[in-house]
Amino acid sequence: MLHSLFSILELHSASTLSSSFITLLMMMIHRTPLLSSFEKITLLCLHHRSELHSQAKKECNFSSLLSLSQARGDFAVNFCSLFASHSHKPLFPFSETMEFTCLSKGRGSHFPPCHILNLGGIKILLDCPLDLSALTPFSPVTTAFYALPSLEEDKVDANNDVGSMAVPAKRQKIENQPDNKTLIFAEPWYKTVMNLHLWNPSFIDVVLISSPMGILGLPFLTQMKGFSAKIYATEVSARLGELVMRDLVSMHKELKQFYGPTETDFPVWLRQEEVEKIPSVLREIILGKDGTELGGLRPLYSEADVNDCVLKIQKLKYAEEVCYNGILVIKAFSSGVEMGSCNWILDSPKGDVGYLSNSSFISSQVAAFDYQSLQGTDTLIYSDFSSLNSTEDVKDEENESVQLADKLPMSSHGLVGLYHNAKEDSEEMEKLAFICSCAIESIKGGGSVFIPINQFGIFLQLLEEVSKAIDASAMKVPIYIISSVAEDLLAYLNIVPEWLSRQRQERLFDGEPLFDHVKLLDDKKIHVLPNIHSEKFWMHSREPCIVFCSHWSLRLGPVVHLLQRWHKDPKSLLILEGGVNPPQLALLPFKPMAMKVLQCHFQPGIGLRRVRSLLETLQPKTLLFPEEFRPHISFPSEKFRSVLYYSEGKTSKVSCKDGFELKIPATPASNFYWNAFKEQEINLARVNGELIIENARYHLLLDNTEKNSNGRTNSVSFRKPELEKLLATFSNFGINASVEHQKMNSESQIQCLIHTADPYKAVIEIGTSSVVITTAGENVASHLYKALDSVLKGN
Amino acid sequence: MAIETLVLGAGQEVGKSCVVVNINGKRIMFDCGMHMGVSDHRRYPNFSLISPTGDFDTALSCIIITHLYCINTLFLRFHYFLIIKISHSLILYSYIFFFGIICDSHLDHLGALVYFTEVCGFHGPIYMTYPTKALAPLMLEDYRKVLVERRGEEEQFNSDHIAECMKKVIAVDLRQTIQVDKDLQIRAYYAGHFTLFEYLTLILKVLGAAMFHAKVGDSEMVYTGDYNMTPDRHLGAAQIDRLRLDLLITESTYGTTIRDSKYAREREFLDAVHKCVSAGGKVLIPTFGLGRAQELCILMDDYWERMNLKVPIYFSAGLTKQANVYYKMLINWTSQKIKDSYPTNNAFDFKNVCKYERSVLDTPGPCVLFASPGMISGGLSLEVFKRWAPFENTLVALPGYCLPGTVGHVLMSKPPKIELDPNTKIDVRCQVHQLAFSPHTDSKGIMDLIKFLSPKHVILVHGEKPKMVSLKEKIHSEMGIPCYHPANNETVSVPSTVYVKAQASDAFMERCLKPNFKLHKCSSQELSIKTLTDKNIVPELQVINEKAVFIVEDKSKKLKVVHNDEVLVMLGEKKTED
Repeated sequence: MLHSLFSILELHSASTLSSSFITLLMMMIHRTPLLSSFEKITLLCLHHRSELHSQAKKECNFSSLLSLSQARGDFAVNFCSLFASHSHKPLFPFSETMEFTCLSKGRGSHFPPCHILNLGGIKILLDCPLDLSALTPFSPVTTAFYALPSLEEDKVDANNDVGSMAVPAKRQKIENQPDNKTLIFAEPWYKTVMNLHLWNPSFIDVVLISSPMGILGLPFLTQMKGFSAKIYATEVSARLGELVMRDLVSMHKELKQFYGPTETDFPVWLRQEEVEKIPSVLREIILGKDGTELGGLRPLYSEADVNDCVLKIQKLKYAEEVCYNGILVIKAFSSGVEMGSCNWILDSPKGDVGYLSNSSFISSQVAAFDYQSLQGTDTLIYSDFSSLNSTEDVKDEENESVQLADKLPMSSHGLVGLYHNAKEDSEEMEKLAFICSCAIESIKGGGSVFIPINQFGIFLQLLEEVSKAIDASAMKVPIYIISSVAEDLLAYLNIVPEWLSRQRQERLFDGEPLFDHVKLLDDKKIHVLPNIHSEKFWMHSREPCIVFCSHWSLRLGPVVHLLQRWHKDPKSLLILEGGVNPPQLALLPFKPMAMKVLQCHFQPGIGLRRVRSLLETLQPKTLLFPEEFRPHISFPSEKFRSVLYYSEGKTSKVSCKDGFELKIPATPASNFYWNAFKEQEINLARVNGELIIENARYHLLLDNTEKNSNGRTNSVSFRKPELEKLLATFSNFGINASVEHQKMNSESQIQCLIHTADPYKAVIEIGTSSVVITTAGENVASHLYKALDSVLKGN
Repeated sequence: MAIETLVLGAGQEVGKSCVVVNINGKRIMFDCGMHMGVSDHRRYPNFSLISPTGDFDTALSCIIITHLYCINTLFLRFHYFLIIKISHSLILYSYIFFFGIICDSHLDHLGALVYFTEVCGFHGPIYMTYPTKALAPLMLEDYRKVLVERRGEEEQFNSDHIAECMKKVIAVDLRQTIQVDKDLQIRAYYAGHFTLFEYLTLILKVLGAAMFHAKVGDSEMVYTGDYNMTPDRHLGAAQIDRLRLDLLITESTYGTTIRDSKYAREREFLDAVHKCVSAGGKVLIPTFGLGRAQELCILMDDYWERMNLKVPIYFSAGLTKQANVYYKMLINWTSQKIKDSYPTNNAFDFKNVCKYERSVLDTPGPCVLFASPGMISGGLSLEVFKRWAPFENTLVALPGYCLPGTVGHVLMSKPPKIELDPNTKIDVRCQVHQLAFSPHTDSKGIMDLIKFLSPKHVILVHGEKPKMVSLKEKIHSEMGIPCYHPANNETVSVPSTVYVKAQASDAFMERCLKPNFKLHKCSSQELSIKTLTDKNIVPELQVINEKAVFIVEDKSKKLKVVHNDEVLVMLGEKKTED
């Protein structure tokens, strides 16, 4: 098989490569155990691209080949720079520039942006998300269950193509209109950030996780060979992310069991001819516009991978300082979006960098957006894309921003002085109240309500609001929460007061549970079930009821069973999280739908109108801003000296501070032996010391002890001692000295030697640029030194 | 510049912790405690020394509460090492520290806080950790009641004062770096914990101790109260980063003792209780509502479970229910083990403990009753004591020290009769069991911490003078670190670190990062001279890592660090020509 691959590759690489072909090819290779052969192939392939750096050939691997498929343009450059800068891992940052590459700008709060930052040689990966909206083309287990019998019938006539076992025959004719028969009936693969695979995982030094959603792709990375980066996340992000991952794995298990073990590692549906059969709308979701994003698809990780990944994370608190290798101080600050979500400050000797991830001023649940801490950084990376999706009116932006600039309080206390907008807060509450009223209405009409919402903050708020509304309407409606991790999640959320908003913290200090669900659980108003198959649910469930369950993509988890059962019930209500994919696609497997669907947008973000005033407040020296925002926001040059626009897949370079700053302890510094040079108007001191780096600052630790200890005294002068004068001075000091001239020796640079015998034995070497006194004791040396010094200083 | 330490309380004594530190022009007060043994003005620290005019707001930038309390070391303590970084401001650091030696529920460290903020008038921020903030108002209220209701004293502050004071408190998380102002930053570290009983390890970890770190400009210091540097079976030692400290202020209560095994005491206590209930007797355990009560509960609940005892355990302390809620929410402050097992197994859900009801008092049969307040100083515990004391099969277990003047204190001498007032006399036939105390930081712990942090100076507070003196000698002789033990109202001044900043040239940095080894050939004369003094064999060839650098000061007094080679270039023509 490998031989044939070789030949194909030879053939293609000479001329134009079909990008998807290469990708497919590489996937097959990737699965083969023969790693060495695979490396040969990559080398061969690269050989045809002469513009690639020679070093790159050595380093290249699977991911680099993938880059070729993308290459053809910008990526070749990217690729080269990656390998060139990584030839050695510098201990201290020396590069004068900082490089920032946006790998993906993400979509919505479930798929946060992903970037790579090269801060003076340290490669920092910002978030490692998973695009779960790309599950849409796959069929949920329920639909597949009903679709497959028809497949069996069709197969009788069809050729006995073993490969198309799982593919319904109807898909053989090309359809433009997607319906529930055109979905992919196979174990889904998950879409990681495609561009991330262009980077060699072993070159990443630090991974920063900004939100629980930013962790989902991490097990793919941690299981890669050579990955050794240090991963930092807040305690809560790590824990919640872990729960989400576990839930994902357990939900996926159902599909895995349904489809059974696959015969080959390369799924049938990924074959070129099969891929072409997928309706273009769905194909675009999974493969991207030109089909190139195929390379980012991966089969899901296992539970063991998740455990392994979680163990590698170093957990932080807000505002905790951690130091990476002495050179980078990393701090996380609350971003106000989700529990544990954060923005970052990276402090290096070459200046500090702020990373502003998805943030929100409206945070009724979680710790408030701590924007004060991001103030005055040298570079600020703005990465809150949420405002772009919102359809806000930007007309009155000018007036608004002036007002807001006044309103933003600048407090010296890190955690107080929060900005709060009552209007937006109430808008958010109205939204929730509306959902509640819809839910109650449908309950009153005898229908059940299904809420597949996975944002923790909104889920908890909705849970509280809905249960309050039920109490108010004096109905007895059971609330179910179905998830394999629900129990852990609810228990965990009640023990994180440090991460919550002030209002929630007040509950702690008043001695109440942080969230109402504790009481609701005790009162048996909420029932937590690990899965839909649990006897308790089917035995005791009463209609109408309210069910909170996973997953928002409507492809996984208990929700698909519930929808299968109730989608024809016009009384029931489905509350969908809006924003990612159009709901008609999400609901495709459940068509025809009779039940009501309420789609609501929860897009916490800074908001377009407030971006500028926020950035004016933060006053970064250099601002890295997304290209997409350029038409919406302009920056007056008097306030923003330097604004760089970045876009996906491109590398921006930012210049850093010049020079290095050292810290020298003041006490020895005041005791320096200064030599004054009047003409140059400078003072000079020669010291012995050690350069160390600590908490991203260089220190010069002076060596006090070594001075004089080996009979050498260091001083500096810039005249040559005249021998006669020196000898005369020596005799004045009572020293007998004899001169031994040496030949000009270019190696030793010694011009002459002076021997003294009486009263001390010493050797004075006079060289072209130095004089060395060698004696037995310190006193003698300093005595001779004084004599020498007087000659050098005097005329 | 210097760090000046003014000791307002706990100087060469135990109780009333209060230390004001002035680093680089900023003043911080550590601890704002109250002396339990005195009832006149000496109860509070002499705040007028901070600001004679009473203008505390300008004199201090914040208060930091590091310690809630530590009761008898047996029980809960919240306790933090505080490190403060200051450049040009003044801070008050208050350290709540309820000191176990004197009694349960002690307000050595917090007691004066409400008085200081509400009565004296300090409006700056106060920093506490989350558990401290949650539990401090309960403790203060408890304490206020003791003072007013039991001792009948005029109240120094009321409940509203406590509420007002707590509003000024900002809660901090461990390891969170708080920027108090531009120059001052503080950070709390986990300070380990103590164990007396094996089971208590669970609880003790619940609200683990912390040290606070303060940093102003380049000067750094650590203030610690009680900490544990000795890791035991379940618990880790105190966790603190290695820091370049100018000053360490540490408590030294048990400066000369070394802690013994806790296991025996635990057995003793449980055996005494078990013996009593199996004989059909009643056990009265007078405690304050917080801390120790919970720990004893966990201990007993577990013992009951193991021994399969059915004797009811009642809990009267009204605060307890609330306190348990806090514990449940603050489980993040516990050990990883408790945290991980939290959803399935909550250590605070007692199986055998039920709520006290009045009917229990006269119900025949054995039972165990936790009644507040401790020391049998009044309230329910006194009432129960009056009723149960005349019976021989009753056991009164005193889990803490009892102040002189309380029934508990009298009881320790096992008198046949106790006179409550001229009209009331109680026949005491019951057995009395007292839990022995466990020391705080022992000398090994203190020495370990000092060794680990290796600060430039050490100041000892909160300890008895003779013990402090001997510990001071030990620190000085073993580690060569200057050590002080100022008395109250005394000031100690130590120098602080200041750095000068210099620009480094690229060439210098590059040279520094690459080792610059040079072969140095010793000439024969040199060798002969060297061998005169140095009997060691000197090889003819030596490898020397050239480390010499030049520091250049230009006319604007800016410093620049350059490499050897660059100096000659800088001085250009002036260089000596051949």
